[in-house]
Amino acid sequence: MKNPISFHINTEDFLPASKEERQSLVVMRESVSFWQDGFRRLFRNKVAMVSAVVLLLIIVFSFVIPAFYPYRYEQQRKGAEYMAPMRYSQEEHDAIAAGERVFPHILGTDSLGRDYAVRVMVGGRISLIVGIVASAIIFFIGSIYGAVSAFFGGRTDNIMMRIVDIIYTIPDILMIVLIAFALKAPMQELAKKASFAWLNAMGVNLISIFIVFALLYWVGMARIVRSQVLSLKETDFVMAARALGASNGRIIRKHLLTNCIGTLIITTTLQIPISIFTESFLSFLGLGVAAPMPSLGSLASSAINGINSYPYLALSPALLIALIILSFNLLGDGLRDSFDPKLKQG
Amino acid sequence: MLKYVIKRVLMGVVALFLVATITFFLMNLVPGGPFEFEKAVNPAARAALEAKYGLDKPLLEQFKNYLSHALSGDFGPSIKQRGREVNDIILTKFAVSARLCGITVIVALVIGIPLGCIAAVRRGKWLDNLIRVFATLGIAIPGFVLCTVCLYFFCISLNLTWLLPLGLATPASYILPVFSLAFYPTSYIARMMRSTMLDTLGQDYVRTAKSKGVANSSVLFKHALRNAILPIVTYLGPMMAFMMTGNFVVEQVYVIPGLGKEFISSIMNRDYTMIMGTTIFLAAILITLNVLVDIAYKIIDPRITLN
Repeated sequence: MKNPISFHINTEDFLPASKEERQSLVVMRESVSFWQDGFRRLFRNKVAMVSAVVLLLIIVFSFVIPAFYPYRYEQQRKGAEYMAPMRYSQEEHDAIAAGERVFPHILGTDSLGRDYAVRVMVGGRISLIVGIVASAIIFFIGSIYGAVSAFFGGRTDNIMMRIVDIIYTIPDILMIVLIAFALKAPMQELAKKASFAWLNAMGVNLISIFIVFALLYWVGMARIVRSQVLSLKETDFVMAARALGASNGRIIRKHLLTNCIGTLIITTTLQIPISIFTESFLSFLGLGVAAPMPSLGSLASSAINGINSYPYLALSPALLIALIILSFNLLGDGLRDSFDPKLKQG
Repeated sequence: MLKYVIKRVLMGVVALFLVATITFFLMNLVPGGPFEFEKAVNPAARAALEAKYGLDKPLLEQFKNYLSHALSGDFGPSIKQRGREVNDIILTKFAVSARLCGITVIVALVIGIPLGCIAAVRRGKWLDNLIRVFATLGIAIPGFVLCTVCLYFFCISLNLTWLLPLGLATPASYILPVFSLAFYPTSYIARMMRSTMLDTLGQDYVRTAKSKGVANSSVLFKHALRNAILPIVTYLGPMMAFMMTGNFVVEQVYVIPGLGKEFISSIMNRDYTMIMGTTIFLAAILITLNVLVDIAYKIIDPRITLN
């Protein structure tokens, strides 16, 4: 035992510190990247997570399940028209009596004896494809346009932004209805030619809808990106990149757009429900996807005349589309809360 | 200020001209003109018809003719509805739609603003949560879904036939269309009002007023509400655009003889003059309203600097 009052030097105090000891002296918090931080916040947000799970389920139901489903969406059966949910036609009753197993029509059948459950699922697929592809188009056009406009500034910016202002002033829904209508016939003509057969595979009307979005809907995104880039281009790292001889294109791609990725993701996610909304609106008015391809809007629209006798035919696609839009909205709100640096707290 | 007004008005005029141009050339892009019937028409009769409506002239001249007429407020005769002027049809149909939209705007403001204020004042309480759930739902439900559900629930399940809005003949028949149209803007206004009100309630001058001993209600109405209500003005423009979209669907579902239904049916019938007339008319109204709202906002809110 050492004497505490003794002046004898304890040599152990002068040994180099071990790794653990050194670690315990570091007062810095472990560094968290932008993504880790955002996702941690997102995972804690119950509402956003529930909507993400709901969306995943809807995606599985509309993209995967129809491939295994015993019925096809365009398959018509005589004698099975307008069956109530979970009922079987005479033919199917005979098959059951003969010992076969027949898959039930969960949502019944429609006026041509087509299984309605699979039609709703395929309709959901169309809605999701429209929402995602249209948002991707808006994302590309809007972000590049906005970034270029802000980056070059001066007269270029002035002219480009006047164009945006004018398109913004045009009542988009009038133009959408007109363009969707006007493009229908020429596109069908075009699809008849051999080299454009792929148009048919995708659905002519879907392409018209995408063209409409590409023409008119990107202006909001362009404005948001422009305001972000305007402040970003004055930062030191852009000057450094320029001093190192980076080209304009590279600065826009690598430095400016990557730095507003948070805003881009949030705006794109919130754009998806708007696109789905518009597509279902067009289909409801009879300007959307063509028969026999179902879309949630056209399913609801064709069922509304028979709502007296067959309410479930109108209600099931209507409720599914409300659910899809609601989930995307809530997920977008959650993303904004977790990835928007301006809202960051604690 | 004057410079800003001139700039906005000019932009509106350019946008309107663009709408007219796009509509005109799109209409001519559609194959199968207005005289394409199921049966083949006698070529001579067809040429006579086309000459009568000036459709035989070159496209650019047709466009020039049309513009000069439209500028003097004459949209010409309807091609499909024999013997009727487009102007007359638009005016009679617009009266129906305008009344419906006017009532809807008032309802949305009268319900939305108080709801947002209540939610902000009772922040975090059950009332706030209830209002927020409703507002979130209201933004997610497309108009046609709401129409379908309303029609089914009220007119079929509950069998309330006096609620049926066929033709908008009685005051009660307005209930369902107005409800379906107003649900989205009401939710939007309530959400917006809640967030601006929360912002304002956190301001220093509100705290100062409270610390001076000003009554709670007075703080709320005199200090907070006046400032919080300003941003709602910016929503009026988009709300008008929404009204038009919603109108197409609501008039279709409830069979209301308004301009929205007329527009869709004229597109389906390929009534050229009717489509052009309606589009330009609706676009003119929307663009004018938007310009007015923008200018009004600058006048109301002195904090916005004009540049």
